[in-house]
Amino acid sequence: MATITLQVNEKSHAVEVEPRTLLVELLREHLRLTGTHVGCDTSQCGACTVWVDGKAIKSCTMLAVEAEGRAVTTIEGLATNGQLHPMQAAFNACHGLQCGFCTPGMVMSATELVKRNPDPTEAEVRHGLEGNLCRCTGYHNIVRAVLAAAETMRGGAQ
Amino acid sequence: MSGGQGMGASVTRKEDRRFLLGKGRYTDDIVLPEQTWGVFVRSPYAHAAIRSIDASQALASPGVLAVLTGDDVAADGLGGIPCGWQIKNKDGSVMVEPPHPALAQGKVRHVGDPVALVIAETKAQAKDAAQLVAVDYDARPAVAHLNAAVAEGAPLVWDEAPGNVCFDWEIGDLAATEGEFAGAAHVIAIDLVNNRVVPNAIEPRAANGHYDAVEDRYTLYTTSQNPHLTRLLLGAFTLKVPEHKLRVVAPDVGGGFGSKIFHYAEELLVLWASKRVGRPVKWTSSRSEAFLSDAHGRDHVTHAELALDADGRFRGLRVRTLANMGAYLSTFSTAIPTYLHGTLLSGPYVIPAIYAEVKAIFTNTVPVDAVRGAGRPEATYLLERLVDKAARELGIDRVEIRRKNLIQPDQFPYQTPVALEYDIGDYPATLDMALQAIDYPGLAQRKEASKARGKLRGFGISTYIEACGIAPSALVGALGARAGLYEAASVRVHPTGSVSVFTGTHSHGQGHETTFAQLVHEKLGVPVENIEVVHGDTDRIPFGMGTYGSRSAAVGGSAIVKAIDKIVDKGKKIAAHLLEASVADVEFSDGKYRVVGTDREKAFGEVAFAAYVPHNYPIDTVEPGLEDSAFYDPKNFTFPGGCHTVEVEVDPETGVVEVVDVAIADDVGVIINPMIVDGQAHGGLAHGIGQALLEECVYDADGQLLSGSFMSYTMPRAADLPYFKVGNHVTACTHNPVGIKGVGEVGAIGIPPAVINAVLDALEPLGVKHIEMPATPEKVWRAIQAAGGVA
Amino acid sequence: MKSFEFHRPQSVADAVSLLQGNPAAKLLAGGQSLIPVMKLDLAQPEDLISLAGIGGLKEIRDGDPLVIGALVTHDEVANSPVVRQRIPGLAALAGGIGDTQVRNRGTLGGSLGHADPAADYPAAVLALGATIETDRRQIAADDYFTGLFSTALAEDEIVTAVHFPVPERSAYAKFASPASKYAVVGVMVAKTAGGVRVAVTGAGSHAFRVPAWESALAASFTPDAITPGAVAAADLRSDGEASAEYRAHLVTVMARRAVQACQ
Repeated sequence: MATITLQVNEKSHAVEVEPRTLLVELLREHLRLTGTHVGCDTSQCGACTVWVDGKAIKSCTMLAVEAEGRAVTTIEGLATNGQLHPMQAAFNACHGLQCGFCTPGMVMSATELVKRNPDPTEAEVRHGLEGNLCRCTGYHNIVRAVLAAAETMRGGAQ
Repeated sequence: MSGGQGMGASVTRKEDRRFLLGKGRYTDDIVLPEQTWGVFVRSPYAHAAIRSIDASQALASPGVLAVLTGDDVAADGLGGIPCGWQIKNKDGSVMVEPPHPALAQGKVRHVGDPVALVIAETKAQAKDAAQLVAVDYDARPAVAHLNAAVAEGAPLVWDEAPGNVCFDWEIGDLAATEGEFAGAAHVIAIDLVNNRVVPNAIEPRAANGHYDAVEDRYTLYTTSQNPHLTRLLLGAFTLKVPEHKLRVVAPDVGGGFGSKIFHYAEELLVLWASKRVGRPVKWTSSRSEAFLSDAHGRDHVTHAELALDADGRFRGLRVRTLANMGAYLSTFSTAIPTYLHGTLLSGPYVIPAIYAEVKAIFTNTVPVDAVRGAGRPEATYLLERLVDKAARELGIDRVEIRRKNLIQPDQFPYQTPVALEYDIGDYPATLDMALQAIDYPGLAQRKEASKARGKLRGFGISTYIEACGIAPSALVGALGARAGLYEAASVRVHPTGSVSVFTGTHSHGQGHETTFAQLVHEKLGVPVENIEVVHGDTDRIPFGMGTYGSRSAAVGGSAIVKAIDKIVDKGKKIAAHLLEASVADVEFSDGKYRVVGTDREKAFGEVAFAAYVPHNYPIDTVEPGLEDSAFYDPKNFTFPGGCHTVEVEVDPETGVVEVVDVAIADDVGVIINPMIVDGQAHGGLAHGIGQALLEECVYDADGQLLSGSFMSYTMPRAADLPYFKVGNHVTACTHNPVGIKGVGEVGAIGIPPAVINAVLDALEPLGVKHIEMPATPEKVWRAIQAAGGVA
Repeated sequence: MKSFEFHRPQSVADAVSLLQGNPAAKLLAGGQSLIPVMKLDLAQPEDLISLAGIGGLKEIRDGDPLVIGALVTHDEVANSPVVRQRIPGLAALAGGIGDTQVRNRGTLGGSLGHADPAADYPAAVLALGATIETDRRQIAADDYFTGLFSTALAEDEIVTAVHFPVPERSAYAKFASPASKYAVVGVMVAKTAGGVRVAVTGAGSHAFRVPAWESALAASFTPDAITPGAVAAADLRSDGEASAEYRAHLVTVMARRAVQACQ
């Protein structure tokens, strides 16, 4: 067992884990942050996407011990004081989610995408989301939501 | 009605907030006190006898609480997993229905067949121990593909099923059809494969079973589209305990697409194991495991022939289909290629005579059952490919051949030669609407523009019909369903006027918490915010049959409306009392009870309050309270239909097909929430385009699954798809109270043949005449090479 | 995943000594290849040695050659102003590896150490005539890839950086697997003062060069110089992704497109 310390959603944690524990297992099982989901075991679906030091990564493809000393942001850390982040609000307004299972990963990826590229084209959004699978929406309203959120975020609403 | 929250309003979804905040509650999110973990040992062989299972090492592994096998299942008398539909052969005898033990007994019959369940303190310990279970297999010859399974001397999946035939079924009038073919001016034939697909809801299946010894009661949390059906099957067939001792909860469920309809062995086993170990047992599928244990879909091999007269009018259709059942019969499996496929073969067309025969075949593969569309995509695909081929070979425009043969609006109700009676539709209207949306007249110009960029552009079309709103119980009973398929709802108006709706359907993406609230708002005037829709818990909801076959709004919504009507009627009696009027003089509209012709009125909320806590109530004549239930049994199926068009660009050098435009026009009946309806269409389109271009479940000849993960099974991604143009032309369903038909499956049904027709249109200049789904780059490239290559 | 002991050495020398004499040890860089195979129990190291704590492996040093540290992520290569200016073809290649999340974790050194036959970087390393710097020596790209998932690295040897000579022009054309996003076929073409190099990944058991096209392109650096037949189907992989025959065809098409992209 190893004890690791890390920040999750701006809160410090010291957690004892087996080295083989995945970051997503640490989040879901140890910290009970179950908003981060697991949809595959080969690193394709992106449902487990969180940020480590601000960068979107697949928490099913990172060991918890690798997060030692890092700052992790999960979907639970995106809203402020119950106020939805513009990306979350846009997903609601544009019907960018149905079953909700891919949504946390999708929102985390999309938000990073817009942080990097504040004014993306439709094609850039589609390519930028290639690490996230959705079976419900056909991506149509996800793409609309990301473009709408980008507009809001450019307007300084964040 | 009021406030933009009723019928036809794109109300944003009430359920979104919890999902967006990461606060959804899915089965795997639930950890019970004293939780233990189950991991399955699954067969690596497609077909083998089990000589022995040695669990001693696993039992000695840290944290292990139990290792359970087929012998334990047999010793405890658990029932086999049942099939819900009994199909009859042509000669009237019944289908072969082999046993389906929850854990393999003596033999395994597909890769992934569960052999043992290991239960441990942690998931990691259970996984470690599962690898230590030593199973001695005696491998037997296996068969995975339809044509191989029906070949002379093929290995038998079941000794009791000679030739691997489960049933040999027919529908339609053979003699009349032969007559039409004998007199036909043209006969067009086609051979097709409808590719096997894996449902792949992004949430893998999971089940958490808890036996409470104090109450002697079982609770199952499961990823189910229909918890009541699961409870019914558990109670009556598999676990065999009375239903009051069983609670099944389907909490938030991350997509279903059919795959979570069925009662799976894992659900039974975690409950049973929980009683054995005295603690809750949770199992969560990995994606790799899902590929080997979720029911797959499609997998048909079909020969079809269309007879036409000299004018290009359809005269007859003959269809011969082999349908893969896999190794065991899953809950709905046998109904899919028969009553959801054979009965749909008339499509939206006038075809005077149809005859179809379907042979269901056992193979050493995962069971095959419903996946989004279920039978209807297979019927639509063969018909629309055949119609396109007829147009091409007879030199008739693809649009015109369809227009000429469509059932006209004045022909409804229309009795097809394959059992169904369509109630209403306007197929020419949706055809025109889709063609306008895709700018059909501009096609030639766009083809030229593509050509200038080195691409081949193709246009594809499909006019389709589907049957949903499952199902009129008497009819499906006559067809072999072992249970009626109506739907139940309870509506409780609380004293302060807020409303709880208890529906037997289940929302796993469809948005019932919003749309059903809109339905109630429309009827009662109560704001959507004050309406709670409860689903997915057999302890809270009296009964239901769940969500599949695009039935929730049409059947479940109708049950809600029926219950509300009873409440409105009862409210009239209470209002009459309050207003000192006769019941006959009280009317209800805009959320108010009014004495006809006067300004004397009581708001619905006042009536609700008076129903519960009045000071002066006619308790002798009207029971207090404002709550009622209803069951709704549809009088007929509903028949959504429409026209799907698509344009693709093919890169002739690589064979890559890009979908560049999609325009569809559907008639899904009356729409509650257009935003949600469009979203359902979008998802279905992606699913259908996936089947047409990307998705293929591949077994090798020995039954090893080659496409067993997202590394090898291509799921549609955002960059694989364009925006979709979705239009609706509404004709209201004539036999349910709201006029709803259903929308969940239209995309998956209508678009696949349109995509392939578009690919063939693009490749026509190169002489390519046929291609199978999925039209992968290599397949397209090979077709081009076989036709002589790029000019 | 099997249990293992986790190590986080602070220097390359410490990492090497942990590797020495321990065939059950594995190096962990970004983990985007290793962790998936460990999750499926296809790799079962007993000691996992993370390089993340080692300084000096994360730098991009401008110059000719351009030096990129082993732990630089694909995303950092793709978005590095230096790489984008000096070798835009390399930045573009890195920007097309996997997906955003993979690029945020996966590293150059990890990719080269793993030597997946369908990885993208091997094409760049070969086509650009790079030199792989390890804890103890410099290995020419031409000597580095030796077979399926195998390299010239000793059991205890660690890639520390890659030196990329700056070409006049270079471009990478990839036919990605629609499912996995790995290269079914990827072709990198580089035109340098010393000649033209063409390298193919995804198609064979490891990345390889195509001398016939290199000389043809040296004579005429146009897509038409790429003629079919230089790469025979018999030498290529055939799997569920693509037949050898189709791969051979794609190699030609991708090579032409790479040359076109250099124009």
